[in-house]
Amino acid sequence: MGNVLISRRFDFSSSHRYYRDEWSEEENRRVFGLCALPNGHGHNYTLEVAVCGTPDPTTGMVINLVDLQAAVEVVLEQFDHKHLNLDTPYFADRIPTSENLAAVLWDLIAEELVGATLNRLRLYETDDLYVEYFGESA
Amino acid sequence: MTTPIVHLSRHYTFSASHRLYTDHLSVEQNQAIFGKCANPNGHGHNYGVTITVCGPVDELTGFVMPLDDLDDAVTRHVLDPYDHRYLNVDVEDYFDLVPTGENMVKRVWERLEGPLGGKLTKVILDETRNNRFEYTGAPNNADTQSQQDN
Repeated sequence: MGNVLISRRFDFSSSHRYYRDEWSEEENRRVFGLCALPNGHGHNYTLEVAVCGTPDPTTGMVINLVDLQAAVEVVLEQFDHKHLNLDTPYFADRIPTSENLAAVLWDLIAEELVGATLNRLRLYETDDLYVEYFGESA
Repeated sequence: MTTPIVHLSRHYTFSASHRLYTDHLSVEQNQAIFGKCANPNGHGHNYGVTITVCGPVDELTGFVMPLDDLDDAVTRHVLDPYDHRYLNVDVEDYFDLVPTGENMVKRVWERLEGPLGGKLTKVILDETRNNRFEYTGAPNNADTQSQQDN
């Protein structure tokens, strides 16, 4: 039997700010626009987690969705209703853009998933804007 | 720290009219192939277009590409020339090309490939809620080779 891709959707809400301390106020506003405003702003994020594999012949499952849900929710607890810059340790040296957030989530979720391989994360920042990460790096 | 390679997608809309008709076929043949889409005065759609770019995440900004740059390119090269136009008559792309979703998704790709600096990886064109066209560019030599090997 061939591989099947299974994808589950999760929601979380966080605030963030794009700002580099070593840049001037003007440079931050030029590069990051409204995202550099001092007190941050927030989004309802939607995360789609896709796992790929051969369905188990006995259970018919690529992964037990209960296990997938538990693994992702453990990770998202760190981010939901938090300020990404201030309340999580992951953005001290990188801006909490969706690009960087997806890469951070990938590493954390991959660590939690036992016996399954992450295939894709799709992270919606708004309905019209999303990033996808497949674990690739340069 | 390794640099993640991320795909970024943004959705835009434009509204345009078109007619599926080619002078290379008879009126009857056009009717047979294109049906009501060949009606003489055209009709319109609210098109959705989703542009995907891919690249390493900039270490300073955290961006694959600044959204303003993406918005500017799509607005200048696609939305401004297409929005509220009759594609067959107002847009040179379709003077001798039937503006089907297939042809349009490819033309949008060609319009953006240069301005997006080689980061363009996919164009999705939604003609209606039910009709979607996707294009990821012409197959490169390596892909062609591997298809031949198969």
